[in-house]
Amino acid sequence: MEFDLHMALVILAAAAATFATRIGGYIMITKMKRIPPRMEAALNAVPAAVLTTLVAPAFFIGGWDSKLALAVALVIGLRSSHTWMLVTAWIIVMIWRHTIGL
Amino acid sequence: MKRADFVEGLRGGFAVALASAPFGALFGALAAEQGMSLSELTFMSATVYAGASQMVGIELFGHNVQAWVIVLSILAVNFRHVLYSAAIARYIRHFTPLQKFFTFFLLVDPQFAETVKRGEAGQPVTFTWYLGFGIIIYIPWVLISLIGGMLGSFIGNPQTIGLDILLPAYFLAIVLGFRKRENFLPVALTSAVASVIAYHFVGSPWHVSLGAAAGIILAALMPLPAEEPDLEADALNTENHEV
Repeated sequence: MEFDLHMALVILAAAAATFATRIGGYIMITKMKRIPPRMEAALNAVPAAVLTTLVAPAFFIGGWDSKLALAVALVIGLRSSHTWMLVTAWIIVMIWRHTIGL
Repeated sequence: MKRADFVEGLRGGFAVALASAPFGALFGALAAEQGMSLSELTFMSATVYAGASQMVGIELFGHNVQAWVIVLSILAVNFRHVLYSAAIARYIRHFTPLQKFFTFFLLVDPQFAETVKRGEAGQPVTFTWYLGFGIIIYIPWVLISLIGGMLGSFIGNPQTIGLDILLPAYFLAIVLGFRKRENFLPVALTSAVASVIAYHFVGSPWHVSLGAAAGIILAALMPLPAEEPDLEADALNTENHEV
């Protein structure tokens, strides 16, 4: 269980950078007295805009197994819970990879 | 009352803890494979505490990339948290400075999504609720990355057991939770297209920040749902929300 000092410092720097992003927006926005309506519209769009960027490349770059799994998960997500989306996506990928191959 | 809030937080966070457990284990396994020691990878989970960027971090550690590049990449992956902390400001103003420290330290994607949902539904966002929701995800995350590191050799190729699909499917689930919002479809489509283009031409992890920026700018430029259609009325709109 060696603990490299250089590695520890890089990890701490990464942690500090992460914390800075997590407090930065709050500090910026509390310096303003009112949120202009356009900024509010922008803030309201944050979850959809950010989280989509974590999904879309996985869909387009992934193989047909991933594309099918994500497409079915999307349809299920419109009617059912998060857990079922994950379970279905996983089952599809597993069936595909163990019948058609990786 | 306070205890009930804490228990409610624990209950809500428990599902997230279960869903993120495979990623914690996967992180541990991949980190060990890249040559990190168990204490180092556990230390990283405990201090950075940000799944996707931890994955980017170990990927770069494995390639002996300079420290500043690693830190900058982690900053790029986590840049969305700047927007998260700005967006939850209106709900956590009443927290003490120490409470805010823990609030921001624990501000991961599902924590943000739940806080916004709760605030918008008019339910009180108390620190006790927030802490309960946060630590039931944080503690298992740190422990399971350690276990993943120990079991790393047994996991083998994550693709063979389909682990790689869980992360995008999980993010897709969170995205769908916001589908009733104004401008959801144009924002999501714009970010999707922009992130794919950025992925091809600029590369990871910048596609996250660039794709997100495209959707957010579009939302800011789209017509506001005001009664008066003219821009001057919009500019004078006094129905702003105070922070």
